[in-house]
Amino acid sequence: MSAKPEINELKSEVVKMGTLVQEVLQKAIKAMADKNLELASEVIKDDDLIDEMEMAIEQKCYSLIALKQPMASDLRAIATALRIIVDLERMGDHAENLAEITIALIDEPYIKPLIDIPHMAKLCQEMLSEVLRAYARGDSNIVDNLISMERQVDALYDQIFRELLVYMMENAKNITQATRLLLAAGHLERIADHITNIGEMVVYMVEGRRLDINRMARQADANSGSPS
Amino acid sequence: MSEEKIKIEVRNLNLFYGTFQALRDISLQIPEKRITAIIGPSGCGKSSFLRTLNRLHDLIPGAVVKGEVILDGRNIYTDSVDVVELRKRVGMVFQRPCAFPMSVYDNVAYGPRLHGVRRKRQLDEIVEKSLKMANLWEEVKDRLHERAQNLSGGQQQRLVIARVLAVNPEVILMDEPASALDPISTARLEELIIELKKNYTIVIVTHNLQQAARVSDYTAFLLNGELVEVGRTQEIFVNPKDKRTEDYITGRFG
Repeated sequence: MSAKPEINELKSEVVKMGTLVQEVLQKAIKAMADKNLELASEVIKDDDLIDEMEMAIEQKCYSLIALKQPMASDLRAIATALRIIVDLERMGDHAENLAEITIALIDEPYIKPLIDIPHMAKLCQEMLSEVLRAYARGDSNIVDNLISMERQVDALYDQIFRELLVYMMENAKNITQATRLLLAAGHLERIADHITNIGEMVVYMVEGRRLDINRMARQADANSGSPS
Repeated sequence: MSEEKIKIEVRNLNLFYGTFQALRDISLQIPEKRITAIIGPSGCGKSSFLRTLNRLHDLIPGAVVKGEVILDGRNIYTDSVDVVELRKRVGMVFQRPCAFPMSVYDNVAYGPRLHGVRRKRQLDEIVEKSLKMANLWEEVKDRLHERAQNLSGGQQQRLVIARVLAVNPEVILMDEPASALDPISTARLEELIIELKKNYTIVIVTHNLQQAARVSDYTAFLLNGELVEVGRTQEIFVNPKDKRTEDYITGRFG
């Protein structure tokens, strides 16, 4: 029995969830940059919505498996959806963590203007748009681009780490805020990893081939020394 | 399939019914003590293919087989092959459970008697052993001399398997063996098929893709008399290489 209409519906729900995560991430970064308490609180509330969507899609996948006994590309599409929603849900949690950091720092001026953190966030958003587009189109030709962006994100994280370390060494009073900002950068770095996971699943869905894009990115770093 | 011992090798097999060509140039290896499933839409040649493996087409007027079916290194389509002996080595289970109109015991003893076993003790042993292997003994041991047609459909199908096992075959061909059975009888039959793999090479034709996926080690997909794709069952059902296989198993055919 063909499950094509149901699979298409499932895919569009995953894309919808991805788009919501994208919006929440955007809000979280804007809230952090603008010190916007209201927006940060909204991000925390939105996380419940993301969790609900995850559970609804998960249930749908189980029903499809039980009722349609999917095989081949249908089976891979469902397996892919089940994994992607977990990555998206985790990204929602990281966005919530960013909002919590924003709220914790709401009453004190930043020790330095935020430059690299929004830059990292922008890269994450580009990566997310790219994988969601590839997922919706069934296009597996994204690996090289993802590797390159993943390496840039990792390089920015290292840069932020070094920079904040200097602030902490200069003045012990900076340590609390610098640690929170470092955590924020860490959340963005994790978000990028979740996006590469999604990219791997898109390749699996389309080609039936499993890759480890994070490892490929590290390999590329080891070979060249710096991101392209 | 390279690491498997090959029991049957089919080479460039063609089958004609008069002017109609039912099988086209099929080449396929069937590994020993494994379950190979043949899948494909109605009329694709699945059952015809199965019947070439023990020369059942010999009985059909106008049927002509070209090519080779090599069983343990010997082409079964040579004149010197004893067809009765061949069918003892390559047994067959059909779609509808066909118990003979005689007792349970006589059904199982039928083959051995045909092949010359006369002593009662020996026949008793064969009947018990075959019924045990077919997972039917416990259910019929007190009804051995009742009419076999009184058994349920699922029991009759296991009786047919016991009848095949009684002549000590090497290969068992099954043509839609569960299609007339309810889900519980089907589950028992599938368990039995998997158990039989320890000692026998099994080729099963099935319409039920889930059944092929559940029981078989290898799956071959036939379409319009041609072999489209063959490979490990897991590969065929998760990641088929040919677009036509993909379309068939996801139900998007045509």
